[in-house]
Amino acid sequence: MASGVKPRVKVPKSAAAGSAITIKTLISHKMESGQRKDKEGNLIPRSIINRFTCTFNGKSVIDIKMEPAISTNPYFQFDATVPEAGDFVFTWYDDDGSVYDAKKSVAIG
Amino acid sequence: MDFSRRETIALGLGAVALSVMPFRVAASTEEVIAGFTGGADVADGGVTLTAPEIAENGNTVPITVAAPGAVAIMIVATGNPEPAVVTFNFGELAASQSAATRIRLAGTQDVVAIAKMADGSFVRATSVVKVTIGGCGG
Amino acid sequence: MGMNLFKTTAAVAGLALIATGMATKMTHADQGAKLIINGELTIPTRAPAPAHLEAIDEITSGWLYRTGETQALEMDDFDNPSFVFVDVALDLFDKADGSEGKACSSCHENVEDFAGLTASMPRVNADGMLETTTELVNKCRTERMGAEAWSYSGGKMSAMTSLIGLQSRGMPVNVAIDGAAKPYWDRGKDLYYTRVGQLDMACSNCHEDNYDVMIRADHLSQGQINGFPTYRLKNSKMNTTHGRFKGCMKNIRAQPFGQGSDEFKALELYVASRGNGLTVETPSVRN
Repeated sequence: MASGVKPRVKVPKSAAAGSAITIKTLISHKMESGQRKDKEGNLIPRSIINRFTCTFNGKSVIDIKMEPAISTNPYFQFDATVPEAGDFVFTWYDDDGSVYDAKKSVAIG
Repeated sequence: MDFSRRETIALGLGAVALSVMPFRVAASTEEVIAGFTGGADVADGGVTLTAPEIAENGNTVPITVAAPGAVAIMIVATGNPEPAVVTFNFGELAASQSAATRIRLAGTQDVVAIAKMADGSFVRATSVVKVTIGGCGG
Repeated sequence: MGMNLFKTTAAVAGLALIATGMATKMTHADQGAKLIINGELTIPTRAPAPAHLEAIDEITSGWLYRTGETQALEMDDFDNPSFVFVDVALDLFDKADGSEGKACSSCHENVEDFAGLTASMPRVNADGMLETTTELVNKCRTERMGAEAWSYSGGKMSAMTSLIGLQSRGMPVNVAIDGAAKPYWDRGKDLYYTRVGQLDMACSNCHEDNYDVMIRADHLSQGQINGFPTYRLKNSKMNTTHGRFKGCMKNIRAQPFGQGSDEFKALELYVASRGNGLTVETPSVRN
């Protein structure tokens, strides 16, 4: 598990039913591209988050396939429809098999 | 392993390229795009790619992409050692077919956004992003 | 700047970088742009230079020298990547560490109580020693928590000094340069104007003689530290003042002073004082 990985998500606490909201997500992760070399000249192996998903009450909002060209501390902004009250679940999948997640509830109002 | 003529030339060029470029060349831009489009034609327009004209730092370049009616958008950095950057797949609760992120660009290059539309067609947009070298080495 | 231009043209090869071709003032940034954070916190980015600073009339934040895209990152506390490290520091603030089983919060109930601290640091303590915020944190850790000191510019310390600095955001920089501080300030000033390294350049050659000028594709700022620690796009992490001083010295191909050294502490005091009157922007975003 990559160390010190911390998610940060911005979701409004409430929204009108059926409205669109903007979601921002960030996660602290080195995103080692596999292009860098260490002091001895050996390639540092790739170790990135390769996929990010966002669901709302189990339905897909966005599914992002990430390559090494995504910057360190990957950031995404996208829009979601909020049909009813419920939970956004954000999941990041690491090359090393770790899975990081965050959850935010949204009320209707 | 048998090499086709094209592969042999590419290998030869690759060997030359290796001696001048600090990175390994992986799949080409054409291959990456073909992997997404299945070789279909790609028309211009229908997708908007917003990227800075001059990137303050190639390490962190903010970009936004939007393609109303798309099911997926792929970003390709044609001058990067690995051209594939990101693919946004929009789900049923996506309120818009747009997304923003921050990417790494190895040098000045064309950044291409290709959108797969709901009817199976493909469209593209290209932005040139100048990536600069800082002053005192840094 | 006319007087200094003469000195500049008489200087050595290092300045050829600036002189060749790119000495025209190219402002990628909209220098009329206003820094308003989260749509509500207006941060002045210009101020009259403090009295001790004769060579400059108006002091300006490094924010003004960055492209519009970079400036935008600092204008929203979510878009600003520093805040994930502020979150890390908030976790550390509450986490017990060391033989005494205490967390920062065991004694410092609210991190908001640190308001005003960073705006006045570094400063001379009761024992007559110049002290930085980093040293204060490590002193607490080693003497009161029975914990190990954190590396001067490592991830944990830079996150914590970002959190502490955030409590002073919006406040004017105001470090003392007289009384007990004067000998340290004098030393820092001396270091600022001393040429070092293979490129034989002083801080002033870029940050006083040539701010607002392009050095290759970098837009030189006045080298103010009102926004430190800062998230740099170049290395995607929080950068501290001593870390930056070290980087700058290495760029000039000089042997850097140690982080936490007397030299860097004195320099930090002097550089901070060149920003007296500017506003604390910690944690800022820079290139």
